[in-house]
This record gives sequence, structure tokens and C-alpha cells, in this order.
Amino acid sequence: MSWFEKLMPSRIRTEGVSKRAVPEGLWAKCPGCSAILYRAEMERNLDVCPKCNHHNRIGARRRLEIFLDPDTGVEIAENLGPSDPLKFKDTKKYKDRIIQAQKQTGEKDALVVMKGELKGMDLVAAAFEFSFMGGSMGSVVGERFVQGANVCLEHNIPYVCFAASGGARMQESLFSLMQMAKTSAALGKLAKRGIPYISVLTDPTTGGVSASFAMLGDANVAEPHALIGFAGPRVIEQTVRETLPDGFQRSEFLLEHGTVDMIVDRREMRETLANLLSILTHKARP
Amino acid sequence: MNLNFIEFEQPIAELEAKIEELRLVGDDNEINIQDEITRLESKSRTLTESIFSNLKPWQIAQIARHPQRPYMFEYIEQLFDDFQELHGDRAFADDHAIVGGVARFQGKSVMLIGHQKGRDTKEKIYRNFGMPRPEGYRKALRLMQTAERFKMPVLTFIDTPGAYPGIGAEERGQSEAIARNLLVMAGLRVPIISTVVGEGGSGGALAIGVADRVMMLEYSTYSVISPEGCASILWKSAEKASLAAEAMGITSSRLKELELIDTIVPEPLGGAHRDMQTMARNLRNALSETLEALQELSIDKLLEDRYQRLMSYGDFTS
Repeated sequence: MSWFEKLMPSRIRTEGVSKRAVPEGLWAKCPGCSAILYRAEMERNLDVCPKCNHHNRIGARRRLEIFLDPDTGVEIAENLGPSDPLKFKDTKKYKDRIIQAQKQTGEKDALVVMKGELKGMDLVAAAFEFSFMGGSMGSVVGERFVQGANVCLEHNIPYVCFAASGGARMQESLFSLMQMAKTSAALGKLAKRGIPYISVLTDPTTGGVSASFAMLGDANVAEPHALIGFAGPRVIEQTVRETLPDGFQRSEFLLEHGTVDMIVDRREMRETLANLLSILTHKARP
Repeated sequence: MNLNFIEFEQPIAELEAKIEELRLVGDDNEINIQDEITRLESKSRTLTESIFSNLKPWQIAQIARHPQRPYMFEYIEQLFDDFQELHGDRAFADDHAIVGGVARFQGKSVMLIGHQKGRDTKEKIYRNFGMPRPEGYRKALRLMQTAERFKMPVLTFIDTPGAYPGIGAEERGQSEAIARNLLVMAGLRVPIISTVVGEGGSGGALAIGVADRVMMLEYSTYSVISPEGCASILWKSAEKASLAAEAMGITSSRLKELELIDTIVPEPLGGAHRDMQTMARNLRNALSETLEALQELSIDKLLEDRYQRLMSYGDFTS
């Protein structure tokens, strides 16, 4: 709110009136280049800006829908929901935050896992819902991730995870920290059995998710220009007290420093991962 | 104000100062004031007992960070023989915030790995305040694999505010270094015991904390984020750290209740730093007992139990 609006007594303030003249949702502004784009065209382009190539953040279900073959996805562990073991309360109750996030997103928690097909290959794919409490990892995220891994073990099929998360969920305290160990241990089982796991890091992936399963891929793949790191840039800036180099913690920076294997455009994702997985599993190119 | 005492301990500090004064007077005048000293000493003990029987989580966090709290090297000296430090990650550097090496524990070979903080300013900087960079975790990883090769149990000691959030640390893959340790520790074919001796700061702690048994010293803390960090995000003010400490349940007693840790190692009255001998004895007993129990298991059973225990972490509705 500007200083002038603050000055105005609330009774003469008109709130909630949109200045937009066009019907809502028809047009969208690209956060990358500020171009005004026709939304239907954006969607056809998998939410990648046709002008500047900016990869917009997308939700978990949309992610799986554009990644898996049509109508092949069957959800895993969809009944799990968050509990509140610590009866956590900050300025708001954790319970209320959950309810609010569930209403807002239509999801029970921040990770959706599905068994499905990619170009006819069976696999399990997991995707984060970043708009659910910042894609934070609590017990449900950890358990769903592990149940996804268990399906891979059972059917001997590859695992792909699309990460987008701010890290561990503080409201579940040490329970959420332990999910880092739990998920990583499950990946140890996959590795031992020679089942490929590919981690796709999307904007943003930081904290406890980045410091566990998101970095443990047999191949780590990043979407262009995604923010990826352990600590958030603000925390680092406050700690080292210098301005961060240009492009710091972006996909291109990580590729340069040897942290990710490749940067893949969202529109090439299916093709690239299908090729990669088929080679790793000694199959013909689908 | 006596800096060897934290704020809520100041009444004890005052009493102790008085006792000290009386002792000096006694030396000078050869007057027998022993009775008075004894009376004050018992009063001081009662006062300490009453303060320490009712500590708030935030106060415990302060004890865990007490400037005189024993660090890794002091435990090495007290509990182990023939320690031989091993340096470096073989790739980039030797991280001074994590110390590791081989030693004997009650005659048996063990691998020790732990965070090390510094006592004075110079040493604090040298140890980077106990905040490891990726090379620290990679050194730890290398030493764990060495331990596996030579069938030595791994004993880790956790005391860190967290992994270091710096530019170089990010460039060299802080996330990957932590993640790799989690994966490898889950499958390491030797017993692992982790003990939180001070601050258990988030992923930076867990990266050497995946174990068959997790123990905590009575007044240590273990949390997903520091109380200050949590407060500044959720309460928008680091000053609400005491509320955050309360809400997150970071103390040994709370975490034991939640079944997230196995053992609480009792501390002497007033905290580990008030009586290192007693602290060392308590920790030695706990380690010895735990190690013995673990070594009775076959390695496959040990690994299966470790895996099941990791899978059991979590609380959700189904």
C-alpha cells in the first residue's frame, strides 16, 4: 500500500476493485519479459513464454499431465493427509494453515505422486505443488515420496521427481527434518537395485528438499533459469555481506559448477527423459 | 555480570561470587567462616537445582550454545585413546568445522566424526563457528567409508548452528554434499551412533546424524531451523525466538516423547561445562552400552532395523 493510501481513512478507501477492463484470466503477463500474452497460447506452449523462453511455475497436476502419456496416471498414496503432531502455532495455527492451503490448491499436501507411462514406458513420477505452503516438505511429502519409490521397487520401473520447494516444513519441526533422511534412504534402495532415478529441479528448489532427494538423481536435470540452492540468496547475502554474483544459484550457474547434468527446456522434457531412461534401462528408443 | 553464566543463571553467579569472596577473606584472616561457606554452597546448589528443574526450551537452547560448553576435542580427550586426526576431503580442502579421525574406545577401534566450534574469536573464525562447508561433509563421507572398509563403528558428535550459507559453499554443492551423506549413511555397513552434544542445527547436523541410535545430551537441542530463523520467518521477528523454541519442541525430553531420538544422556547439575568429569562418565557409559547392544546384531539385521527406523519417521493421517 502506498503512503497516500495509508493516509486515507478506511471508509473512503475502495478495496478489491480491479482496474482490469478485460475479463480476468484471458491474458497473462510474463514474469520474465513482461510481455502480455494470450493465456491459451501460453498453455499450448506448456507455460513457457514464447517471447523470452521464461519457464513459468506450474502446479503438480499440470506438471504430471504434460509429462505423462495422456490418461495413464494413477495416483499413489493420495489418501495421506497432514497431521499436526506438535500442535504447532505461530501467529496462526498450523492446522488453519493446512486448511487454507488445501482450499487454495485443492491438494491435501505439497507432493503428488503417480504411476504412469512415458512414451509407453512404465514409471513413477512425483511433482511438487509449490503453492501448497511453498512446496514445503513435511511427513506427507516424505511418505508419498517413499511410497512412490516402493512402487518402483515392486515393478522395477524408473522414478522421476519434479522438485519445487522452499525446503523443510518448519511447522512439523524435526519430523520434517527426518524426511530428508527417510527419502534419501529410499533412493539408496533404488540405487542398489539399479533402478534409475532422475531428479528434475524446477524453480525454486532450495533447503531440505535440495539437500536430500532433489540432488541425488542418477541424472540431475534443471529447467532453464530455475533458482536452485541450499540456502536462500537472502540468507547468504546477510551472512557474507556482499552482493551475490550475477546468475548465482540459477540452473546455468549450477551446470557450470558441475551440480546438474543438463538444462532441459520444458517442451523437450518428455523426449529427453524418455531417451535417457531407455538408455539407462537398455531399451530401444521409444 | 559474570559472562560464564547466562542471564537466567545470574542469581547463581552472584551467590558463587559471594562464596569466592568469603574464601578470600577466610584465607586472609584465618577466621573460621567455613560454616558460612558451607551454608552458601548448599544454598547455591538448591538454587541451581530449582532453576534447572524448570528450564524453558529457549533457556536450554542457551545452555546448548554456552560459551564454555565442551566441544568435540574435549570429548575426544576424555573418552577416547590414541586419537589420530585425519584431514581433508581429497578433492578441495580440509574443513576445520568438522573434525574426524580414528581412535580407541575402551580398547576397540572406532571412527570419530564431529563438528568443532572455537573457544576464542580467532579459533571461532578458524572453525567457522562450527558451520561446515561441502568439503567438511565430504571429508566425513570419506571417513565413514574408511570405517566401513575396516569394520569400525562410527561415532558422530553433533554441534553446529547449521551448514554454512556462503557463496563458495553453494558453488561446490552444499546441497549435494549433505544429500549424499544421508544416502550413504542409511546403508553404511557398520554401526553408527550419533550424539547431539550441543546444537543440532538442521541439515547441517543431520548430514552426520543418520544413525542406528540417536542420543542427545540432556541440555542439547535438535531442530529443523534455529529458533531465531523460525521466528524471523513465521513471527517476522527474531526476537520471538523463545516462542519458536517452545513451538518447535527442540529439547531432548520433548524429542524423546515424540520418539525421534533414542537416549537422553544426563548432564551434571548446571550443565556439561560445570563438571566435565561427570559429563564424560555419563556419555562414556551411554556410548558403551549402546555400542555393545548394536554389536550383538548381524550387519544385515542392523541395516534392516536402521532402514525401518528411517521409514517410521513421520506423522500423518491416512
